[in-house]
Amino acid sequence: MIQALAFYLFSGVLVASAAMVVAARNPVHSVLFLILAFFNAAALFLLNGAEFLAMILVVVYVGAVAVLFLFVVMMLDINFARLREGFLRYLPVGGAVGLVLLAELVLVGTAWVDASSSAALRAAPAAADVHNTRALGRLVYTHYALVFQASGLVLLVAMIGAIVLTLRARPGVRRQDIPRQLARTRESGVEVVKIPPRTGV
Amino acid sequence: MTIGLGHYLSVAAILFTLGILGIFLNRKNVIVILMSIELMLLAVNINLVAFSAHHGDLVGQVFALMVLTVAAAEAAIGLAILVVYFRNRGTIEVEDINLMKG
Repeated sequence: MIQALAFYLFSGVLVASAAMVVAARNPVHSVLFLILAFFNAAALFLLNGAEFLAMILVVVYVGAVAVLFLFVVMMLDINFARLREGFLRYLPVGGAVGLVLLAELVLVGTAWVDASSSAALRAAPAAADVHNTRALGRLVYTHYALVFQASGLVLLVAMIGAIVLTLRARPGVRRQDIPRQLARTRESGVEVVKIPPRTGV
Repeated sequence: MTIGLGHYLSVAAILFTLGILGIFLNRKNVIVILMSIELMLLAVNINLVAFSAHHGDLVGQVFALMVLTVAAAEAAIGLAILVVYFRNRGTIEVEDINLMKG
């Protein structure tokens, strides 16, 4: 009973905040609703027993991705009122596509059945005496180590790509050049000018 | 009453549809489009975790982890492209993005 109550609470808030992400007028509000949606999705993960993923969702999505969105929204000086134009113009097309997709998903969701041999086909049955994080670690670091490394590579490439994209060499910026400072000698830095008396420079 | 796999699948389906809707409705605002993509990936993750719990098979959670990684990378690159584009053009309207149309 309490599980059903929690499920309906979390999924209701999740769907409502996801709708607000799409519909909010101010993108800052969109990002805040996105954070709310991530928290509720993490709660749904907890209800499913995926504790590690729930915590990772909070750390990665809320702590990194959503804050990144917030930074970009606040950093760019955008006229948001103009961006809202045409919202209703695309409503028929978007609504039609969404309805078709939802109908298809409902058809798929109501028609599927478990294969009779699905219990025997499990690749990594969850052990009852090991908690979720340890079980996931055992799996990720052994059998799926290659996938794990590949995802690390994806993150590395993304990091390099983001740096390469946003780094720019601005002309006219005066930076400290330590080798040049150290290479200065008395001859290059000081000029002795002989000034005869009563003439001025 | 018990909450089964079907409940989670419905929530994920609604979330995915909302993501699609966000892409179609906010045709001008790239930031909201990126957020909609995040919502869709979240829906996929809910599906993976729900099936993982249903079958008692941990592999679903491993792949949810990979989806999470790709989503983070995608957000970083997408926002970097957005920042560079805004720096060059002074706008982020999708309809103005036609430099590479040829």
